[in-house]
Amino acid sequence: MSLKGENISFGYKKNNLILNNVSISLDRGDVLGLIGDSGSGKSTLCKILAGYENNYQGKVSIDGKEVPKKGYNPVQLVFQHPEKSVNPKWKMKDILNEGSNISQDILDSFGIKKNWFNRWPNELSGGELQRFSLARALGPETRYLIADEITTMLDAITQAQIWNMVLDIVKERNIGVLVVSHEKNLIEKICHKVVYFKDINNVKHY
Amino acid sequence: MSTAAVNVNRSLFKGLNLRQKTLLILGLTSFLLLAIVVSSLFIDNESLPTDFGSKNLSPSLEHPFGTDWMGRDMLTRTLKGLGLSIVIGALASLISAVLTVILGLLSSAGKAADSFVAWLVDLTLSIPHLLLIILISIGLGGGAQGVIIGVASTHWTSLTRIVRAEIKQLKTQDYIHISRNLGKSKWWIATKHILPHLIPQILLGTILMFPHAILHEASVTFLGFGLSPHEPAIGIILSESMRYLSAGYWWLAFFPGLSLLIVVLTFDLIGENLGKLMDPKNAHE
Amino acid sequence: MGNKTEINAKGKEKAEALLNVEDLSLSFIQYTSGLRQTELKVISNLSIQANRGEILAVVGSSGSGKSLLTHAILGILPSNAKLDGKIEYDGQVLTQKDKEDLRGKEIALVPQSVTYLDPLMKVSNQVIGAVEKGKEDLMKKLQREIFQQYNLKPEVERMYPHELSGGMARRVLVSTAVMSPAKLIIVDEPTPGLDEKTLNETLSYLKDMANKGSAVMLITHDIEAALKISDKIAVFYAGTVLEVANVEDFKNDGENLRHPYTQALWNALPQNKFQAIEGHQPMQDEVVDGCVFYERCYKKNELCSKGIPQIKKINGGVVRCNNVS
Repeated sequence: MSLKGENISFGYKKNNLILNNVSISLDRGDVLGLIGDSGSGKSTLCKILAGYENNYQGKVSIDGKEVPKKGYNPVQLVFQHPEKSVNPKWKMKDILNEGSNISQDILDSFGIKKNWFNRWPNELSGGELQRFSLARALGPETRYLIADEITTMLDAITQAQIWNMVLDIVKERNIGVLVVSHEKNLIEKICHKVVYFKDINNVKHY
Repeated sequence: MSTAAVNVNRSLFKGLNLRQKTLLILGLTSFLLLAIVVSSLFIDNESLPTDFGSKNLSPSLEHPFGTDWMGRDMLTRTLKGLGLSIVIGALASLISAVLTVILGLLSSAGKAADSFVAWLVDLTLSIPHLLLIILISIGLGGGAQGVIIGVASTHWTSLTRIVRAEIKQLKTQDYIHISRNLGKSKWWIATKHILPHLIPQILLGTILMFPHAILHEASVTFLGFGLSPHEPAIGIILSESMRYLSAGYWWLAFFPGLSLLIVVLTFDLIGENLGKLMDPKNAHE
Repeated sequence: MGNKTEINAKGKEKAEALLNVEDLSLSFIQYTSGLRQTELKVISNLSIQANRGEILAVVGSSGSGKSLLTHAILGILPSNAKLDGKIEYDGQVLTQKDKEDLRGKEIALVPQSVTYLDPLMKVSNQVIGAVEKGKEDLMKKLQREIFQQYNLKPEVERMYPHELSGGMARRVLVSTAVMSPAKLIIVDEPTPGLDEKTLNETLSYLKDMANKGSAVMLITHDIEAALKISDKIAVFYAGTVLEVANVEDFKNDGENLRHPYTQALWNALPQNKFQAIEGHQPMQDEVVDGCVFYERCYKKNELCSKGIPQIKKINGGVVRCNNVS
């Protein structure tokens, strides 16, 4: 039971690869940390694993099978900037339930209040929006969660709140999490295993 | 204390906040245009009697715009002409807007469809505007129908370009990708995510298309390729009056021309104020 | 005339304070429904000082008012903003016109993202800015040196802002401030997206600027970065300053910290206890009568729900809390 990326290479130009022969494997129920510098291609790898980017070489599979291109993707990606992840013309309750009806349990554990539902995204702070983004990504069919610097823009208390909630939920639902961050302290605190991006990506950066 | 504090210096306009002012201007201008259209509907040929006893009168209290060589009241003729122009402009702009929405959504459907739309825009733009209107208008046998279709089928290009650029930019947004990953179809994303962003643009674009449509209709008619000479159009009035200008009957061209200008500027004013209302930057002033 | 001596004494006390913000309140006039307008209070009773030769970190979560404070200082608030209170620069109260004159010269901003750069102008020209004739070569040389220090290749000079990657953009933005002769430098969220090496470098450049006598205001939500270089840390919450602490106060379990929120912030760091307190920062349109932290505070008592606590000076720091001594 694992999400696998095998021999993935990606580049906008042929002679200038961002990812070269990267392989990574994430088991269900695992919390895997990926540490790397900004601009090193971590985000691109995340996008490839979650099916956002299709022009790459290599193979992404779940339990050996290709990830379906249509329908709900069992691999969900959450970004660093929650304000970009929500349509500014939608109300919060529509944003939350876009993929599936998110259960009350998840709302409770994320501390999402009912009176936020009728608000517009610009009325909420980054921390509150990120809770919505995460709750939305944790629909019943989600098996793997890719968290690309999801608390980098948040204060320490909100960061601790969010990670404690996410870790509880993924443990209960046996979801695999890839924690991508440049913060070693955070990764060491919450991850079972740690991978250094520069060790798996065979590209030299200046 | 807020509302009171804002409204302290209450004079005619100063006391109102921007939104109130804008709405007031919008209301007044729309009323003016509507009044022109409605009043033109009540003018038929009977209210334009030919009276050779009072032909070519210069502007007076009885005939503020003067009378023409058949003794008809120019104010009445101008009103009738403007009403017709606005209706034609409205139809042409609406058809253009519908075309824009269809082509816009089509261009968001996929790469091939998008290239097709881009090609269609370039093709239409490559032929001079007025020439194309004249060609289509003549091809369709002239008259109101020809002019409307001619104007409508040439004015969608710039708005479509804007809409297409907007769609391109929207499609790079994270929330669009997320929506796809949550299992939503292209059509669902186009109507639920993209369309709400386009509506203000299209509404504004349509209103700003009005003056163009009206002016083009008038100029095509003026050149003799548009509405037939017995229609009470502004273009007809202007081209007729050209013949009398040298005789010193300046009012025949001046007042209808000025009225046309005012109508066009009124539409611009509406567009500008609607834009202010919709622009998030000064949404709270 | 007793009044005057008092002012003098006050002036002396704040001799090194380059920037002095006193009792600042900021609200926005907004439309609620239809045509009615209300006031939304986003900053209230905020006082803070930035001293020459020091780095003051302004730490707070999003929505705490820290970015709006910088906008108020720079005079770039939108027209529906209503500002009360006093902003003094070098002993003089700043008017809107002063702010416009000073910004870019005496007061510089290192913005958060490249969107602040002119998209149609090459990077080097923006970094150098407007210079007198004859000095261009000198500035060009200085810019090359700084770019080299920041690990920016020579070709970056000729690039346009959209061609820069995230990390590169950040380094370009910092170098604009390093180049400028400003005395007050406001750095808005410099840390996200920087790897450790660039982060430490950036921070050391800020330190340099402070050592040369500038006052540096570091706006950030990243308390770790702030602790590395700052002299004082002002903790923002819900539009006001709850505490101004010295860097040395942040140690162990945070027992030297004066405000419960600062302690909670410290204990929430992953390298400390990673402990989260419950609840949320009040929303801007929520009306809070007492202390803004009341809902989440473990020390609260009845007094705290009635009226905003007074500012107290304790152990060389400042705190707005009823329950410290």
